[in-house]
Amino acid sequence: MEAAMGLMRRMPPKHTETSLSALLSLLPQHSSDLLSQVDQPLQVLCDMEYGKEFILCEYNRDADSYRSPWSNKYHPPLEDGSLPSLELRKLEVEANDIFAIYRDQYYEGGISSVYMWEDDNEGFVGCFLIKKDGSKTGQGRRGYLQEGAWDAIHVIEVGPEEEGTAHYRLTSTVMLSLTTDNESSGTFSLSGSIRRQMNMHLSTEEGHLCNMGRMIEEMESKLRNSLDQVYFGKTKEMLCTLRPPSEVVMRLPDS
Amino acid sequence: MADEEEAELSEKQKKEIAKWFLLNSPPGEIQFVAKDVKAVINDDVLYEEAASEAFPLYNKSHLISIEMPGRIGDVIVTSYGELAETEFIDPRTAQVAVVDHIKQASALFFFCYMNPMIPKMVGRVELNWGTSGARVNALDQLSYKTLSRIMVIKYEQSMNLEHADDRNQASMHLFHYDILRQLMGKHVCTEVRPALDEELPSAYVEEFRCALDAEILKYVGEAYPKGVCSVYCGNGKDVEGPGFDFELVVVISAARHSPQNFCNGSWRSVWSIEFKDEIQMLELKGKLQVGAHYFEEGNVQLDAKHECKDTTIFQSSEDSAIAISNIIRQHETEYLTSLEASYSNLPDTTFKDLRRKLPVTRTLFPWQNTLQFSLTRDITKELGIGK
Repeated sequence: MEAAMGLMRRMPPKHTETSLSALLSLLPQHSSDLLSQVDQPLQVLCDMEYGKEFILCEYNRDADSYRSPWSNKYHPPLEDGSLPSLELRKLEVEANDIFAIYRDQYYEGGISSVYMWEDDNEGFVGCFLIKKDGSKTGQGRRGYLQEGAWDAIHVIEVGPEEEGTAHYRLTSTVMLSLTTDNESSGTFSLSGSIRRQMNMHLSTEEGHLCNMGRMIEEMESKLRNSLDQVYFGKTKEMLCTLRPPSEVVMRLPDS
Repeated sequence: MADEEEAELSEKQKKEIAKWFLLNSPPGEIQFVAKDVKAVINDDVLYEEAASEAFPLYNKSHLISIEMPGRIGDVIVTSYGELAETEFIDPRTAQVAVVDHIKQASALFFFCYMNPMIPKMVGRVELNWGTSGARVNALDQLSYKTLSRIMVIKYEQSMNLEHADDRNQASMHLFHYDILRQLMGKHVCTEVRPALDEELPSAYVEEFRCALDAEILKYVGEAYPKGVCSVYCGNGKDVEGPGFDFELVVVISAARHSPQNFCNGSWRSVWSIEFKDEIQMLELKGKLQVGAHYFEEGNVQLDAKHECKDTTIFQSSEDSAIAISNIIRQHETEYLTSLEASYSNLPDTTFKDLRRKLPVTRTLFPWQNTLQFSLTRDITKELGIGK
């Protein structure tokens, strides 16, 4: 298992799905561990009843079916699939609505889904998912990307309310890949995945959704920034160590 | 029975998977990947088979360079210099290096050979070996892994010491530990032989090859701090004089492995130059490839490829060499500039198609007002942002 995780840390992030399925076939006995520990690009199903797409993950799965946040029904249908309590479902519906607006403002497209479930110690857990295809053929408004994918997974554990405050623990993963391709510079492809945690103790005066939303927004901006500045920057730094862009004097042929 | 067959992968499939992982290793990381693959496959025979097939392919596609004994220079592992599976010619020295594609433990021997201080130092880390040659050989037998583990333990122990002297020693350990880590993944060839006449190009082709090698060496020395290069004869090595076509291939490889900074990378370029006798033209085709992996608390990889073409006129060996190296310099410089442009376009254009820095409203999302949003869905519809 440790070796499997080691491999996942080294394989190109754009091949995550291939790597994971290879590991699953090699280590069938560890399949549940692998599926829960390795973040993979998000898959989507369509809820025909609402005509809307929703995102699949481990948290809305029961057996081989996935629960849609729109209709609250399992796809394919499942007799006694587990459902959140009525109260939590109300929060889930609200979260999905608000998060869709948030997503549209930051992503100008994409798909989002929020799932919630009760946990063992009187609190609950919410999972906020966003998937965006930013390629030319997808929803890239500017058309710069030959290929571009952003998958964000935010799992936020909310502790029980005590004296008007609650503890929030957010674990976020962003996976992204982008490729540009043009005549003069060839193909340029960057892909990556990073995961971070954030813990906060907040007053519940404005409601859980407000707190969760702000934490996710802050985290997403942080992750985007570190991918852009730090992670991509480091690969650029490497490029410049390999071949420094020093002002090499261009010598023209003598002829 | 049928179920079992379905669940169990065939040996062939397992081997293919192992090879896939090995071949997809980032620059300079195949040894680390190999260790994990071996554990995951859990079948030494199968692993050895996969490794023996994947390592040579990886080494050749990554154009790894290997130091030849006697400090005569590096040999590049590339299909252009491949005489047999383990034999690679270095045209510059007309030597053929015998390469072990997988084993890298002999790096230690080389290291000790280069640094007579090391056995002494290793002695200090309680291995109790002297400095005699025989002992150095014994050290060579010691696996790299064992030694580096000792170094790490020793370093960790000494970091906890209170005395200044001990701390000095700790920093020395750290220094050597770093050197050892850098050695990780470095191949060394232990055997060379002079190339046979039939393995070398004719005097006519060699004149062009040698002149180009000198120019490329100059260029690589200027442009790549840690670059190695070689010029091979791709086709027509037996052409004895004017009237026939031949091809030279320039291979440039620069790699940087710094696991202590969580970063590895490589630049590889292969230029084929066809000397067209009839039309008195040289046709150049270049394939450039850059890879980088940054893995501190994450996994981010760059993979960039580019191909280009150019032509120039067929001149004397020296003038051709200068013309060719100028063309290569120009294209590679332009490519680097375009890569830098790709990077500087990231934050404001390319990245924006995935996620904006700020919402379209240019202010943080108004979470506090969202309750109204969701209660009055009509409003969102009116704003045209709800779906």
